[in-house]
Amino acid sequence: MCFFGLVPGCSNTFRNHFSPTLSTRTSTRKPAKARPMADQADHVQSQTPDRITGAQALIRALEMEGVETMFGYPGGCILPAYDPLLDSSIRHVLVRHEQGAGHMAEGYAHVSGKPGVAMVTSGPAATNLVTPLMDAYMDSVPMVAITGQVATNAIGSDAFQECDTVGITRSCTKHNELVMTSQDLPMAVRQAFHIATTGRPGPTLIDVPKDVLVNEMDWYWPTDEEVLASLPGYRPNVKGHPRMIKEAAKLILSSERPVIYAGGGILKARAAEALARLVELTGIHVVTTLMARGVFPDDHELNLGMPGMHGNATAVTAMQKSDLLVALGSRFDDRITGKVDAFAEEAKIIHVDIDPAEQGKVRRPDVPIVGDARQVIEEIIIEIEKLLETGTVQADTSAWKSKVSGWQEQFPMMYEPSEPGQALKPQFCIEQLRDLAPERTILTSGVGQHQMYASQYWKFNEPYTWVNSGGLGTMGFSIPAAIGAKAAFPDATVWAIDGDGCFQMTAQELVTATLEKLPIKVALLNNRYLGMVRQWQEMFYDERYSSVFLDSAEVPDFVMMAESMGCVGIRVESPEEVGPAIEKANSINDRPVVVEFRTEASEGVFPMVPAGASNDDLILHPSQQDRKDQLK
Amino acid sequence: MTTINQYSGQAVNHHILSVLVQNRPGVLARVSSLFARRGYNIFSLAVAPAEDPGMSRITIVVDLESAPLEQITKQLFKLIDVIKISELDPRRSVERELLIATVKAPPEQRSEVQSVVDIFEGKIIAVAEEVLTVSLEGHPDKLDDFEELLDGYGIVELQRTGRVALPKLDRGARLRSIANSATTSGKAG
Repeated sequence: MCFFGLVPGCSNTFRNHFSPTLSTRTSTRKPAKARPMADQADHVQSQTPDRITGAQALIRALEMEGVETMFGYPGGCILPAYDPLLDSSIRHVLVRHEQGAGHMAEGYAHVSGKPGVAMVTSGPAATNLVTPLMDAYMDSVPMVAITGQVATNAIGSDAFQECDTVGITRSCTKHNELVMTSQDLPMAVRQAFHIATTGRPGPTLIDVPKDVLVNEMDWYWPTDEEVLASLPGYRPNVKGHPRMIKEAAKLILSSERPVIYAGGGILKARAAEALARLVELTGIHVVTTLMARGVFPDDHELNLGMPGMHGNATAVTAMQKSDLLVALGSRFDDRITGKVDAFAEEAKIIHVDIDPAEQGKVRRPDVPIVGDARQVIEEIIIEIEKLLETGTVQADTSAWKSKVSGWQEQFPMMYEPSEPGQALKPQFCIEQLRDLAPERTILTSGVGQHQMYASQYWKFNEPYTWVNSGGLGTMGFSIPAAIGAKAAFPDATVWAIDGDGCFQMTAQELVTATLEKLPIKVALLNNRYLGMVRQWQEMFYDERYSSVFLDSAEVPDFVMMAESMGCVGIRVESPEEVGPAIEKANSINDRPVVVEFRTEASEGVFPMVPAGASNDDLILHPSQQDRKDQLK
Repeated sequence: MTTINQYSGQAVNHHILSVLVQNRPGVLARVSSLFARRGYNIFSLAVAPAEDPGMSRITIVVDLESAPLEQITKQLFKLIDVIKISELDPRRSVERELLIATVKAPPEQRSEVQSVVDIFEGKIIAVAEEVLTVSLEGHPDKLDDFEELLDGYGIVELQRTGRVALPKLDRGARLRSIANSATTSGKAG
């Protein structure tokens, strides 16, 4: 029973869509609303073909994929798709810049685990989406972008608002497609969602010419089998190799100085719980990378916190001196390893990653395991339990543990509190925000010093509460990402930590936040500088401050700017105002709030491993630097 | 980048990748731009539909140390349209290439050019007063020799196709799937 014989077996549409065979995604996602399903059921019953436009098919396909919220901006070529949206169950968030739509989709995906969807028009809209696509690609964020394209007969003619979107986005998407006929749309959507959410997640893009949206097609919904058959070259491997898993278990038990190097992939694999069990079972220390903050509770005594360029001394040094690194869903980024040749020289490496290309890309692993982090961790746990039952004894790690706790005591994260009358310390602001935050507050950040302070001084005890741009380092990420997170969890408190540089890149999305009733809160740390660049110029360019002074003490007036966009604006200049301002912000729930903290311009982020230096050459806070010998 | 040693027959860094892809628009661009993005040079590339018209086979000759090659094939394997990647051992595969050249051949040296073409079992496919257009199909090394000899007479225009290759049949299965070993089984994007 199939419309015009187009799709064999399409009577199984509904059953197959929610069967677990295609992906883990299908088992966790629900249909958005009953409407399209009911429509479809009616048509199946009547056995008449459902003639609809490509645009209607596109929106229906998105509904079938379980999309509840999408972010976008209409324009000429995508216009037809905006018409059926009026009748759709999907909430469309109208942004103020297409980059905002992309980052909102990312924020939504980060916290919910569901793919974020952005829809924009052709040409400049598509190019504006390039930054979020690359950001999502670097951080493995599931995202589906839909871009309008000029009509098929105009493609290649340099038509108005034409650009080679598929060409431009080829190296910043996991996959992209130009859809040339309306009939192909449902399959293109299914493929895009399947690819974006399975294996190593990432952004996909469908480029849809205007006539493809306008022309009619016979509605159908491809089955899982048809989707898989259409992608013969795509078979993510989720199950780790049993022999490698056995080896990993042995190595873990036999190591005297092991460290678990937990990366963002654990969040993508929903493996936080499995990780916790592995830690409990083995008593091994964990470091959580910038992307993985929250995957293991900061409160836990075995969590050493964040490693890397601005990681804390203990996390950096523990990795550096370990004899075994259990890398789980982490990719040995240069911000973690420092100088690769000098990175953790004595450590054996167990590397668990779903992407085979990550194995050996930076550091050759002793035990490479390609697979889904959750499955692999669970299997490693089983193997360890077997070994323990059969009498294997775990190596003595007590000497190592006392060494690590010694470092923790000697080298806590520290900053010098400001003297009365001086500007605020940004770290103090973050601590106050942290201490006054309601439970399960979601934190997003831009990129720079404020991002590092946030990741260093916040206590992340829950996964999916930290959203930031790790790989690409996209300034302006925090406000749109916070809006996306708020759209996913409207009841959660969402704080965006921002700097005055970042804020001025995407602040216009606060208009979106106000009008779409997505009341986020922004903690703007205004030090009047591009702080991180300033710090590098101070340390490595003889204090020659070239083009970093933003002079944002009066222009813009951030409070007025915020209020003009419908937000509450609060300015904070002294330490005693910090707590009350945050409490006030936390109590406002009907509109966005921007709290501008006037912070100390000369404050630097410590510890620091200079770019390209070895992790052994960590620069500590000036007050700790003379004790550096003890980090050995 | 060093060039392949064309005459020793023991080209050190000479790797032939045989990449089976879906025959769809843009696939070649995906493959070649991946090399470009990662900073690797393609020495020769030939592409045409394979035995199944839905598939194309791309023969890529690259000149790399094996470690970067491993990374490039893994990245290549991540492309959704790539079905299979095999590395062909140059000593255990059949390689062919086609050369077409227009060579100076004034009457006084025409017979010499003709005899060179005969020795190589090439063909003269077009004749004019001062030039000949010749073709030769064969192993790329043979084409190199032929080209060098023709150069002595003066090559006006030259086109080579880039090499295509398949494994030899006489020594068992030769397609060594390099993106399918224990450590790299499956694929992810």
